[in-house]
Amino acid sequence: MSDIRESKAFAVATVLAVLLVVWYLASILLNLQPQLDTYARTAAPVPPLPQLLADLWSQAKPILPAPHQIVGEMWNATIGQDIASKRSLLQAAGITLAGTVLGFIIGTVLGLLLAVYIVHNEAANRSLMPWIIASQTIPILAIAPMLVVGFNAIGLTGILPKALISTYLSFFPVVVGMVKGFRSPDQMQLDLMRSYSASRGTVFWRLRLPASMPFLFASMKVGVAIALIGALVAELTYTSGGGLGVRLLTGSYNGQTVVMWAVLVIAAVLAAILVASVGLAERLVLRNMGAQPA
Amino acid sequence: MTLWQRTLAIIAGLSALAAAIAVLPQLQSLTFAAGLLGALSLARFVTPLSFWVDGALAVLAAVAVLTGLDQPGPPLWSMLIAMWLFAWLFIDRLANAVASGRLRLPGVGLIVPVAFGVTLLVLWEAVVQGFNINHVFLPPPSAIWVKLSAPDSIALLWKDFQQTFLKGVLSGFALGTLAGLVVAILVDRSPFLKRGILPVGNFASALPIVGIAPIMVMWFGYDWQSKAAVILCVTFFPMLINTLAGLNSAGRMEGDMLRTYAASYWQSLFKLRLPAAMPFIFNALKINSTLALIAGIVAEFFGSPIVGMGFRISTGVGRLDVEMVWAEVAIAAVAGSASYGLIALAERAVTFWHPSVRGGRA
Amino acid sequence: MARGQIGTNVVEAKGLGLTFATNDGDVVALSDVDLDIAAGEFVSFIGPSGCGKTTLLRVIADLERPTTGSITINGMSPEEARKSRAYGYVFQAPALFPWRTIERNVALPLEIMGYPEAERRARIARTLELVNLAGFERKFPWQLSGGMQQRASIARALAFDADLLLMDEPFGALDEIVRDHLNSELLKLFARTKKTIAFVTHSIPEAVYLSTKIVVMSPRPGRVTDVIHSTLPAERPLEIRETPEFLAIAHRVRQGLHAGHSYEETV
Repeated sequence: MSDIRESKAFAVATVLAVLLVVWYLASILLNLQPQLDTYARTAAPVPPLPQLLADLWSQAKPILPAPHQIVGEMWNATIGQDIASKRSLLQAAGITLAGTVLGFIIGTVLGLLLAVYIVHNEAANRSLMPWIIASQTIPILAIAPMLVVGFNAIGLTGILPKALISTYLSFFPVVVGMVKGFRSPDQMQLDLMRSYSASRGTVFWRLRLPASMPFLFASMKVGVAIALIGALVAELTYTSGGGLGVRLLTGSYNGQTVVMWAVLVIAAVLAAILVASVGLAERLVLRNMGAQPA
Repeated sequence: MTLWQRTLAIIAGLSALAAAIAVLPQLQSLTFAAGLLGALSLARFVTPLSFWVDGALAVLAAVAVLTGLDQPGPPLWSMLIAMWLFAWLFIDRLANAVASGRLRLPGVGLIVPVAFGVTLLVLWEAVVQGFNINHVFLPPPSAIWVKLSAPDSIALLWKDFQQTFLKGVLSGFALGTLAGLVVAILVDRSPFLKRGILPVGNFASALPIVGIAPIMVMWFGYDWQSKAAVILCVTFFPMLINTLAGLNSAGRMEGDMLRTYAASYWQSLFKLRLPAAMPFIFNALKINSTLALIAGIVAEFFGSPIVGMGFRISTGVGRLDVEMVWAEVAIAAVAGSASYGLIALAERAVTFWHPSVRGGRA
Repeated sequence: MARGQIGTNVVEAKGLGLTFATNDGDVVALSDVDLDIAAGEFVSFIGPSGCGKTTLLRVIADLERPTTGSITINGMSPEEARKSRAYGYVFQAPALFPWRTIERNVALPLEIMGYPEAERRARIARTLELVNLAGFERKFPWQLSGGMQQRASIARALAFDADLLLMDEPFGALDEIVRDHLNSELLKLFARTKKTIAFVTHSIPEAVYLSTKIVVMSPRPGRVTDVIHSTLPAERPLEIRETPEFLAIAHRVRQGLHAGHSYEETV
């Protein structure tokens, strides 16, 4: 019935295809001058186009690697590499993922508890809420290194310090979203519960919690995305633990642009997987609650 | 008073009493007086006391704690507990009084969060000093303040602030935000582009874009330009998707109405759709103000001239100069909160009509 | 904008049809509608939901395009009529911009149509006077009651002096008392301004009370089942609604609605 050109998938695919083409063009333009310089240095003539492209795309440290170079590097560093090897990006991704997920889970639980407390306690609402909001205007990532070093100083090493940075970042959207969610039932619904003389606990379990579910998943999506950023940045300081952040840092020290881009793409894939998992959980839960698919 | 408040009141009074008794052999008059007064507050079960009394007792106890930090021991800990509980009691009772409308004073809404913050600071100071906690883990606020107010570090901090905030963050924020806004307006003209770019933009804003910092440092050098480039990329997508959502938030009816006036595209953009998008645009500005500062500092971890807040933090971490690191963090916190506050103020002025601002029903 | 002479047709529709393509198949919103609206008439469209009365109004306003048949407004196509700003449209909701004061809301079409500042001022003052909102110029819409907001939206539609006023259930969301009041205000306004009004409603008393002509419509497919010329006098106090004459017309409208429904009782 509807034209394929009207579909969202087609539009997204077109946009992505255009981005890919632009990327290729940019990679050619940006890497051309260094390549020409190389030819000039070795007094070699500029070869015909196919050879020129081949040379461009086989540079060891291109300014902007072409997409297929990045994919090649990703292949070599994941499938083509023993997962136990230090050079495996799969291993690095696993370390980052573990820190992210642990921090995200702690952050979500903490955020939920805080939200429950804030919704039920006026003093907490008025004293905690402004500071929770202010805590996010503090560039906490900046003290990530500090916290990691601090935790090390009291003998806390391994995955936990990193996870706690993720926690600090991801609890915020959950608190804010869930406070909104727990308050989302309207006055009429609350009055109805009141007419049943329901206890605060009953109101919470039967009304506030179910009503807050859409808010929970929306804030968890934001939370998991920034939990990943937290883990990555924490790894910049805590280099002995490994992870994608460490690979990014060493890549930047050695000027291995292809490795850096591969790390970034893997981080993006990780983000996609994490957000999609939350989305999947959302769909399962909301379907069980009889909600209309959006 | 609620049962919880009674419990708090009893424990607070008893802790104060314990402090007064425990301090007797040392003859420390301030702690003794504070403890005695605190114990007297148990009289509230005979005759009601105002919560301002709890506030005053908390202040008194805090002074006693802070002056007695050089002699850790049972009196100090009892006093610390009393201080904490009196403050809690004060905040709890004050918040309820404000919420129920019994207390109407200008600025009273600010007292609760400020009292909470001050209580935290005193607890932080007392616990770190009293328990002799390793400063590398957590320096006391007083040590950070000493660092912040020393003349030579003020000069250094100001230079770092100029480099990171005034040059990198502000320019990157302005460029990214403006680019996001303009691209959104352009994309919005084409339904096809809108369908294609919205999911991509949504996805991109969930990506750890800060990670491109090392690449930007390679491309644009160590100075602030590379930081501005990172911030541009980080702030672009939230602005793009929020503006796109905002431009489509105007009602169908309003759109039809402008059509009956035969309004041009630009007329409907400026008279209807941009004003309607303002709450969304300000939402993006708020998100971006935080993101920009974080990105600016983190980007410096990948290379910078020997100035800048991120540079100072990473070298401070290396040299275990934690007070300097926390001083930078304090500056960043103030700068971050101030930017956020400014944007929030502008938001109130521009979107005064929005239900969330005017506080009325929709 | 030539002022239509009494008796000449402002709207002429012949064999008008409109079919929407939806995911569930085609929906016939309008089928073979013939309609004339003469200058100075107050025409109500009444019928159950889905009978196409709003769609018909939207076709006149060039907010929908008919799939078959022809329609002219003042002898022009709907698009030309829209571009020459031949009509004012009042929606189901006030649709006032919350960031504009009442006077600036009324000024909106005038700004878009490029009226000079002094002219705008004069027209705002005059139309707000007309809908009894003088004194509320500087208020924001959300500071006014629902009835006042809808009056402001009528002022906005009147501001640029189109001879044709299209009203789509303008009082549907208001309570009965406010509605009665606005109905009699609207009649006074109709008498004073000599405009042509096309008015969509689902209230029988409202249609009978206001109209010089009542068009009864029925759904699936949307079509005209009866056209009733009112015999009520031009001067209509609210009490007229209890006279036998009024009740007789209301009865005929009700019968027309039932006739359209007789073989679709289940819907």
